[in-house]
Amino acid sequence: MANQNNSTNLTEKDLFYREKKKEEMKHQIITFAMMIIFTLIAFGIVMADVSKLFTIPIIIVLAIVQVGFQFFYFMHMSNEGHSWPTTMIFSGIFAAFLTVLALTTIVWWG
Amino acid sequence: MADELLKSTNLPHDPERATLEGKNKFLGFWFFLGGETVLFASLFGTYLALKNSHLDGVPASELYGLGLVFIMTMILLTSSLTSVYAIYHMKNNDHKKMMLWLGITVLLGFSFLGLEVYEFYHYVNDYGHGFTTSAFSSAFYALVGFHGAHVAFGLGWFILLMVRNRKRGINLYNAPKFYIASLYWHFIDVVWVFIFTVVYLMGVVG
Repeated sequence: MANQNNSTNLTEKDLFYREKKKEEMKHQIITFAMMIIFTLIAFGIVMADVSKLFTIPIIIVLAIVQVGFQFFYFMHMSNEGHSWPTTMIFSGIFAAFLTVLALTTIVWWG
Repeated sequence: MADELLKSTNLPHDPERATLEGKNKFLGFWFFLGGETVLFASLFGTYLALKNSHLDGVPASELYGLGLVFIMTMILLTSSLTSVYAIYHMKNNDHKKMMLWLGITVLLGFSFLGLEVYEFYHYVNDYGHGFTTSAFSSAFYALVGFHGAHVAFGLGWFILLMVRNRKRGINLYNAPKFYIASLYWHFIDVVWVFIFTVVYLMGVVG
């Protein structure tokens, strides 16, 4: 039934994977630190009240990089066996880009 | 063989994708996320197109307060990390720690949701910024509210999984379920990154 012990007799392969998971965890913590830093920079630039033409492109680029980190490390898209997920997300992003482009340009005819 | 693998002491290294069912759920869920991207894009596009049409209501630059948004952002970002921890412990077959981190994730999620409810309440009561006030307010509530609904759904999902599997331990049947719920949670955070950038930060900049 409720058996939640770690197996006691670990093989070499188990240890290898355990090490690999630890390595992955390290990447994820770095990812988290980067995301916090990007968020701080984005809020900081807006608070600093510099030119709008300068602020908006920078905060959008920061958001895109941050989301990339989230996809590739937090959601494990950088691991093997993720070619279909990558295809799906990038097709989604492509369609999303066209959608936003269409909706934001169509108002000009208004 | 199959029986033995389903026992929780003998998990393979990627338990979420070790069965055909798990693989199908994994693929299917990423397909769904591709669709969600487009769905949120249409809400973002609508918001961007209508954000200056505020009629007699308050404009975006006077409405938003960055302090609250910053706290909400940090809470949701941290909850994304805690669900990463949960999956890490799932892969190490540590049921107790996985449940603990999922619990922390749920608590953070609830505090995010609470702050969002407070934010909307504040806008409606102190600024007269209701759902039908202007095209801007409708687009704002549709986008941010839809994200909030996703958070609420994700919380319900986590709680259901935790209650259902509280005594089961981790096995090949429930590992894909936990994994996919955490993917959904990360995706909610992805959407929030664009919301705080495009809606709040760009709204304050003008």
